[in-house]
Amino acid sequence: MAREKGVVLLDFWVSPFGQRVRIALAEKGVDYEYKEQDLINKSEHLLKSNPVYKKIPVLLRDGKPISESLIIVQYIDEVWSNKAPLLPAEPLARANARFWADFIDKKVYECGTRLWKLVGEEQEAAKKEFIEIFKLLQGELGDRKFFGGETFGFLDLALVPFVAWFYAYETFAKFSMDEECPKIVAWAKRCMERESVSKTLSDPNKVYEFVLFLKKKFGVEY
Amino acid sequence: MGEEVKLFGSYASPFSSRVELALKLKGVSFENIKEDLANKSALLVQYNPVHKKIPVLLHGGRPVIESLIILEYIDETWDGNHAILPKDPFERALACFWVKFIDDKVLRALWMSCRSEGEMQKNFMEQSKEYLELLENELKGNKFFGGDAIGIVDISANFIALWAIVLQEVAGISLINEEKYPILCNWIEEFLSSEVVKESLPEKEKLFAYFHAKKEVIFANKAPAY
Repeated sequence: MAREKGVVLLDFWVSPFGQRVRIALAEKGVDYEYKEQDLINKSEHLLKSNPVYKKIPVLLRDGKPISESLIIVQYIDEVWSNKAPLLPAEPLARANARFWADFIDKKVYECGTRLWKLVGEEQEAAKKEFIEIFKLLQGELGDRKFFGGETFGFLDLALVPFVAWFYAYETFAKFSMDEECPKIVAWAKRCMERESVSKTLSDPNKVYEFVLFLKKKFGVEY
Repeated sequence: MGEEVKLFGSYASPFSSRVELALKLKGVSFENIKEDLANKSALLVQYNPVHKKIPVLLHGGRPVIESLIILEYIDETWDGNHAILPKDPFERALACFWVKFIDDKVLRALWMSCRSEGEMQKNFMEQSKEYLELLENELKGNKFFGGDAIGIVDISANFIALWAIVLQEVAGISLINEEKYPILCNWIEEFLSSEVVKESLPEKEKLFAYFHAKKEVIFANKAPAY
């Protein structure tokens, strides 16, 4: 089989991790082919491209695959370095951005999942943790326009896809992000003014329906 | 760069050992501060308020945390000699992938294989074998994961070269052995034969005594305690 030329993205429509990559590609103005994946019956292409984790997103360039969303984003930043720099130039600022992106990776999705998967006391505990995580992030943002300062960057795109999940999380766990973390909500609105973000993020209602589908699938009361 | 460099680490930690090794490979002089993890210093908590963990690298008074992030910082800051990461973007992405795999999956599987029992241990050992096989293949017959020279993947795999070997001895199991993983075992030999590596590692006998003495306590805890 001849190596497929150009940039191909193996992804799943609602995945915040895949959306990070899509935002990065859009910011850089890169042409690519999007291939929606069936995560229940995984394709040969996906299994061959990410044999270790068998997960999306996977970016292929001339047939050579790269996995793990933040690694893919950094690769995109290095290859298409002539436009819209995502990571800061200075090593200390880069280390700081990587630290918070790693923090987001370790905490947000897993805690968010507990918000809809659990009920009662366990859900309450997850809610407290979720709010704490975002209060820390809010502290890191401070009064800046973006996490990257004046310009939208790596850390902004690492976090922003999860904003589409706020409505679902708030509804199931009964709280308001606007009340708890107003600066994060304001930041999210500013991010949505960028076409790369507004065209990529899922409609929160569609995310809500998707989580409802997952709840039914996992037999969680709703 | 003339600014002062300090490393907050601990004697038995593979994570601070990684940073020590990277600094030594680059020829950077630094002050090596060993923390007592049972009594964390006020300075450590000040520099790493989010996680309160070692290692912390202090460069001109500014902290950098998380061992792998520190390694990237060191490579970018002292970029003259001994590249820790490949220059080519694709090769860099691959190296970062394997580093993440080692940290997210391999370390935990090996640690849990040594600290659990019964069915749980069986599962972790199966997982470990799968991962070790992947690493064996990734070496592709090279001396190091980085090719001819020690790179970021080798540095991150330090746990496998020493801690995993000691822990499996203490637990009385044999996961990493020459019969199953000849290339990986050869890598361990090459890695441990480097003078710079030897200087940044704790002594095997001391590490064995440490884990053996604390066997009951450490193995009862959920998280690795270095």
